[in-house]
Amino acid sequence: MTDSIALRSARRWPRLVLEPRARVPWHVHGLVLVLLLGVALFLGGVVLWAGGGNPVHIFRSMFITAFGGKWGLSDTLVKATPLILTGLGVALAFRMGMWNIGAEGQLYLGALFATGIALHVASPSANRSLTLLLMLLAGCLGGALWGFIPGFLKARFEVNEIISSLMLNYVALALVNFFVYGPWSERGFGLTPMFPRNAWLPSLSEYAEAMPWARGMTVHAGLILALVAAAVLYLLWRWTKFGFEMTLVGDNPEAARYAGVNLRRTIVLVMALSGMLAGLAGMSEVSGVVHRLLDHVSPGYGFTAIIVAWLARLHPLGIILVSFLFGGMIVGADEIQSAGVSALLQGIILFVMVSGDLLLRYRLYLRFSPRTALSVDT
Amino acid sequence: MTAPPASPAAQPNYLPMVEMRGVTKRFPGVIANDRVDLDVGQGSIHALLGENGAGKSTLMHILSGLYRPDAGQIRVEGREVAFSSPLDAIQTSIGMVHQHFMLVETQTVAENVVLGDRAQGFHVSRANIRDQVLMLGAESGLELDPDAYIWQLSVGERQRVEIVKMLHRGARLLILDEPTSVLTPQESTQLFTQMRQMTDQGRTLIFISHKLEEVMALADWITVLRGGRVQAHVRPRDTDRDELVRMMVGRPVMFDMKRPEVEPGAVRLALRGVCASSEQGEDALHEISLEVRAGEILGIAGVAGNGQRELAETITGLRSATRGEIRVNDQDMTGASSRQIIDAGVAYIPQDRQHTGTAPNVSLEDNLALKTYRTARGGYFINPAHHARVAAALLDEYAVVASSSKSPARLLSGGNLQKLILARELSGQHQVLVAESPTRGLDIGAIESVHEILLGQKSQGLAILLISEDLQEILTLSDRIAVIYEGGIMGIVDREDADVNGIGLMMAGARPAPESA
Repeated sequence: MTDSIALRSARRWPRLVLEPRARVPWHVHGLVLVLLLGVALFLGGVVLWAGGGNPVHIFRSMFITAFGGKWGLSDTLVKATPLILTGLGVALAFRMGMWNIGAEGQLYLGALFATGIALHVASPSANRSLTLLLMLLAGCLGGALWGFIPGFLKARFEVNEIISSLMLNYVALALVNFFVYGPWSERGFGLTPMFPRNAWLPSLSEYAEAMPWARGMTVHAGLILALVAAAVLYLLWRWTKFGFEMTLVGDNPEAARYAGVNLRRTIVLVMALSGMLAGLAGMSEVSGVVHRLLDHVSPGYGFTAIIVAWLARLHPLGIILVSFLFGGMIVGADEIQSAGVSALLQGIILFVMVSGDLLLRYRLYLRFSPRTALSVDT
Repeated sequence: MTAPPASPAAQPNYLPMVEMRGVTKRFPGVIANDRVDLDVGQGSIHALLGENGAGKSTLMHILSGLYRPDAGQIRVEGREVAFSSPLDAIQTSIGMVHQHFMLVETQTVAENVVLGDRAQGFHVSRANIRDQVLMLGAESGLELDPDAYIWQLSVGERQRVEIVKMLHRGARLLILDEPTSVLTPQESTQLFTQMRQMTDQGRTLIFISHKLEEVMALADWITVLRGGRVQAHVRPRDTDRDELVRMMVGRPVMFDMKRPEVEPGAVRLALRGVCASSEQGEDALHEISLEVRAGEILGIAGVAGNGQRELAETITGLRSATRGEIRVNDQDMTGASSRQIIDAGVAYIPQDRQHTGTAPNVSLEDNLALKTYRTARGGYFINPAHHARVAAALLDEYAVVASSSKSPARLLSGGNLQKLILARELSGQHQVLVAESPTRGLDIGAIESVHEILLGQKSQGLAILLISEDLQEILTLSDRIAVIYEGGIMGIVDREDADVNGIGLMMAGARPAPESA
């Protein structure tokens, strides 16, 4: 029996009543999302205004930069690519009730492994497809390894994966720093030499000679990887036995065990897959965007991914859409030369979203005095 | 009901403790209490009798301040009250002991007794509390060691702590929610004596129950509820079991089910010297040996928490045996995973329907496919259309009432959830069924149908291990009865040789006399 929660106990005034929803229809999801983004923009605007800016002007120029032209759109898609991949990665774990906070580190490991192939295994004359395939596999392996560790610790020794995956971020960062300042460093700077051309993921601008409109468009094949990954995950969740098991474990691990699911195996596998997707994002960044490994190859995609995944309610299509919006926000904020704006908005969005979750789970309404006698028919 | 219901208030020498008038409580979709009138006299024991969902607990939650009524008045000792929390109620000297105890396991009895007591102030005097616990205990026959930790106590003792806790806060009206559901027959008898002792001291007791025997034996007055309405207020001497059941259920019920005579076949399940540990690493099962044959029901009687859950989990591969051997269909399954056990043909109805038996946010269709999705055709892929078809047939066959087979399992009532689990576990080819409290919390009508299903499956050659805390159920269904106590089997008797007293003694840890072995 579900009872209502009364927020106020005043006797005379109508009470604000929260009633649990039996199920959340999809249009409520959409409505709440739009509402929350609106509230976040408003609050962000207030902060900008208090800081002496004109929020309407700022948001307008951000919007135009990010979505107002083909180059802006292309940049937005480039920023969306790692967000989609890491977002899918954390969503995979979250859906199973595993809190993978380590997507950032898994991304770095993927980037590191892919860089190893680009710099040391592939020669400049090697076949490009083969080189990229090897880099892709290496990136996946690096990320998967970094996801496997907290997964294994959780499954074998019940180590809290939030802590272990979070801590591994710093280990990954230090590891990348070691390589970019040490063995692979270019003249002691925090970066490696540029990859040979055959280790670059193809981008649209490469085809500018055949298609003049593509000139200067940075969007690269990593986006295709991201979209394919989203489709594969959708299929996995919806139609496969493994996806069914993941859903069971996420909803009720005891029931999953009872149904014969091997919990430990599933946990390790899902954490490794989750890390693999983030590792793929790392490979896509070094191979598709910067074409070398940097000490700060990701500005925190792996953390933003957590917000993306939650805003998207862990749905692959939602993750693509939200990543696109967030990509635009990053591009737009770059344009107005204020690095803080993007982080500020992300923070506010996360905050608003967490509080707004209530709206999804409960129906909100006013109830008038509970002490009114019911009309009793006799 | 044609005649107006009698009322204790009409009796001579009546002093009112509680008067409820027209109390109504609605939940979304149901009326839990519909214009309920209730009179409880001071110093009496008043029973609230009814099936699950009859509104007994809701009514008592209103009286103890947990819920607010939508309409109606409540007077306690003549004064009108309107509680907004259990704190208000306890200040008006009403205390409720819930079915699920609310105690802190790692604290002592005395500490639990004062926990949440605002009258204690910031500093708590231990010596003082100890004395009070001892005094209250001695007064009401509720003996307790104030320094014992809750986790060291038996269920019966924990219940006593809850009662003392309420007495300590000055409760003059005590509400007990199904107090005997966790006790041995002997512990129940002891509780009844204590209840009498409390009323002798002028306290008033209301107890919720669906067990006719105890209501008839103990209560001064019985109020029968059905579908949220009062059916009658009666005194035990003016009624009998059959009439009470008719009022509770709305139709006559057959009490004694005929156990079909089946010639037991091959041994389907055999345990030899099985030991297992609890989550804390303590011995949970000790040298358990038993056999269940095809077409036979072996009942496991015992008080809750004596290793029943561990036994079921060890057999079904959810817990590993530390010693001994488990054989299914004469194959060694010691150390097998739950998947292997399922594949070997062992079905399992777990005691905890919500936490083990179903996934709450997953659809009924998928919950029904919990054991079959893996072996279904389609390689790596599931077949939702097939799930839906199977579900439609099963929901229909087992009369599960649900708005849609796509709705999540958490929306089902307890009875329907149990039917869903039965439907899943009994469909398909199984040789062994481990059924843990299969009728706990179900209506009399639903219990009847679950029993029929189990007996029907037995006739078809299923080997059933029935684990239940309801001794009546064990006696009704079993061919042989084993009693479990502190993780060990105290003895196994044929149904024909079994008597309640002997089994009750074994449930409390006494070995059977040698001649009955």
